Amino acid sequence: MLLYTLKRILYVTPVALGVSVIVFLLVHIAPGDPLTSIMPIDATAEQQAEMRAAYGFDKPLAVQYGIWLWKVLHADLGNSIATGRPVLADVSRAVGNSLILASVSTLIGFTFGTFFGFVAGYFQNSPLDKIASLLSVIGVSVPHYWLGMVLVIIFSAQLGWLPPTGAGPDGSGNWRPDPEHLRYLILPAITMSVIPMGIISRTVRALVADILAQEFIQALRAKGLSEWGVFKHVVTNAAPTALAVMGLQLGYLLGGSVLVETVFAWPGTGFLLNAAIFQRDLPLLQGTILVLAMFFVFLNLLVDVLQTALDPRIQRS
Amino acid sequence: MKHPLSKLALLVACFAIVGSMSASAQGTLRIGMTASDIPLTTGQTDQGGEGMRFMGYTVYDGLINWDLSSATKPSDLVLGLATSWGIDPADTSKTKWIFKIREGAKFHDGSEFTAEAAVWNFDKLLKNDVPQYDQRQSAQGKSRIPAVASYKAVDKYTLEIVTKAPDATLPYQLAWIMMSSPAQWEKLGKSWEAFAKTPSGTGPWKLTAFVPRERAELTPNKDYWDKPRVPKLEKLVLLPLPEPNARVAALRAGQVDWIEAPAPDAVKSLTGAGFDIVQNAYPHNWTWHLSRAEGSPWNDIRVRKAANLAIDREGMKELLAGLMIPAEGFMPPGHQWFGNPTFKLKYDPAEAKKLLKEAGFGPDKPLVLKALISPSGSGQMQPLPMNEFIQQNLGEVGIKVEFEVVEWNQMINIWRAGTTDASAKGTQSINFTYFIQDPFTGLVRHLQCNLKAPNGTNWGHYCDPEMDKLFDQVRNTFDPKAQTEVLKAIHEKYVNEALFLMVTHDVNARAMSKKVKGFVQAKNWFQDFSPITMQ
Repeated sequence: MLLYTLKRILYVTPVALGVSVIVFLLVHIAPGDPLTSIMPIDATAEQQAEMRAAYGFDKPLAVQYGIWLWKVLHADLGNSIATGRPVLADVSRAVGNSLILASVSTLIGFTFGTFFGFVAGYFQNSPLDKIASLLSVIGVSVPHYWLGMVLVIIFSAQLGWLPPTGAGPDGSGNWRPDPEHLRYLILPAITMSVIPMGIISRTVRALVADILAQEFIQALRAKGLSEWGVFKHVVTNAAPTALAVMGLQLGYLLGGSVLVETVFAWPGTGFLLNAAIFQRDLPLLQGTILVLAMFFVFLNLLVDVLQTALDPRIQRS
Repeated sequence: MKHPLSKLALLVACFAIVGSMSASAQGTLRIGMTASDIPLTTGQTDQGGEGMRFMGYTVYDGLINWDLSSATKPSDLVLGLATSWGIDPADTSKTKWIFKIREGAKFHDGSEFTAEAAVWNFDKLLKNDVPQYDQRQSAQGKSRIPAVASYKAVDKYTLEIVTKAPDATLPYQLAWIMMSSPAQWEKLGKSWEAFAKTPSGTGPWKLTAFVPRERAELTPNKDYWDKPRVPKLEKLVLLPLPEPNARVAALRAGQVDWIEAPAPDAVKSLTGAGFDIVQNAYPHNWTWHLSRAEGSPWNDIRVRKAANLAIDREGMKELLAGLMIPAEGFMPPGHQWFGNPTFKLKYDPAEAKKLLKEAGFGPDKPLVLKALISPSGSGQMQPLPMNEFIQQNLGEVGIKVEFEVVEWNQMINIWRAGTTDASAKGTQSINFTYFIQDPFTGLVRHLQCNLKAPNGTNWGHYCDPEMDKLFDQVRNTFDPKAQTEVLKAIHEKYVNEALFLMVTHDVNARAMSKKVKGFVQAKNWFQDFSPITMQ
């Protein structure tokens, strides 16, 4: 197990390097000038060239990549072109805020998703299955930014129960889990949880239905094992696949949602990405995407190791 | 009430009530901005006009400021940190300007604003070998003062600026330059990053709290040199809310008291819910720039006039829920430089068809044009439906328009590159909007021969020696009244020769709660928040 874990960690290095190349190149392919946001629209060609040189954009791409990678390896993501602030500080703050949102969304999405999945799987083709399946289909199908707007219209604009934007009465600077701040979290967290809830519910339903149809379940029942005992076997067998799906969903949630965070002005990574895209802020864009991509890489690593721990057959294969 | 203590208690209660009433009369104003971040706080702001509105003229002053006191009269220049300005009478070259500095004007950190401080601020933008040079502020400020050749402090309260050539538009250029405190910068270890968190200007507001991308809090500078402009509010809170629906929701939920740029389709519901929509004309225009390169159909004045007569501007106003001013010229109606153009921008499709026929186009030979448009962008209003409306109007008179849709940042680069650049993709028109507040940004930069893109922003490569002569006159006319007359003549030529497809002007709309009192929306991109109170 230890050897397997070490081997998986070793595999992360080329993947991370590949990710850094893709991240760097992708943002450079996008049209538009990265210095547009910091210069008046009528800046002369001479001033533009001056600024391009000052920010190092006049160097060949390979050189720019080398300089950027060297800085990244020294935990320096550079400075934002638009704000001049260190990217690492901005991304860290945003990741922290997205983590808060992702944690609550995960709690809601995974709990309800698993519950609906098990109910639907256990009571296949019953009205309960149909209701649970309908809810999961809605979860997957409804555009979450639209749902966010609808929730805002109902609970903020019409009823005035919950705040529609922001992370707290004084921003996210002094965020703490008290009722005043948690109120700001409810609408975006519900909106964010809908898709993972739907996906997990459908996955778990299929897994449970499949496991329940297998011969070993019949054998367990024939041997007189209690339904609780059978249930435990179903959970153990469904866990590895469900965990893999949950890992991916957790990655998406941690990455924030550009649309949901923009609708709720939640100062997470999605909101940051949106600002960086519109301002053509390449260092901020590169830094944020890199951090999020690395999240996925490490989450995959974690899920792989967990899956192996749960089912040693995976390691052998 | 017979007991003396009862009377005392009553008196105390009365004072408490009066005191609380006066405090609540001042209040906190929370504004939802369209920007996605707090504008740069160090002096020269970013985020265009909105940046200067909220973080420029609030925390800082220029040597010369804009008059933001009236909603009815045109907004012009007023004294700021300078108490007088003018050409040195002894200088025959008319390039040496003398500015008398306001004595006793202090930065928020308590240090005094002097001529040396002004020189330090010019150096911060123009000299990359001085310690206070700031690349980010330079990027914003350097191109605003192209006329400046040199400057020096003659004495503590006298500043001399020499221009590269005679240029009477210098005061307008200087109204862009915000003065930061050298003492505060020194105190903070000569760090602009530290200065951004605790900035110090001479303006009516002090920045007291700042969470990047989330909020900025400003409190009144009670020692502000211009006493009538000492803010009445207790606090001004700025919140970046780039998403239009989020702004509307925040206003309706009572999270903010004021939002910038409500979407036209939200206007009806907002007014129905008891919010005020405040608007006014300001120097913004929404036009199509026309290519004057060889072979462009816009070289024919009949085609230009026909297109201008084909636009149903009142219909477009309806489309935008009234949030626009139909163009009567290049400058907004009532502007001090409007003059009296003879070509009237009315909706007359019959006349348009007649002119096109004279130019050789008709139903059997339609004029086919390509135009660059963007799906969004700063100041672009609602570019897609508006351009589709124009496409339909032009189509009705026989001008068939095809669109080349590009993203806004890319559009800026195409505008800078010019009509003949490959990036323009063979288009003959570009829908590009901007600030037209001073003679240079308003008129000169678009049409002067030596500013043909990429040397300047004369996108269409128009060149007319007669127009250039008028531009030179503007630069050489130092009497403000006489200069206004020249500017009127330029504007008349703009309109009479239909040099642009002139469509509309934005109205700088904002929606606000009825609790907001005392706001006077000046005919300017910038606004004064000092007279506002909260009920």
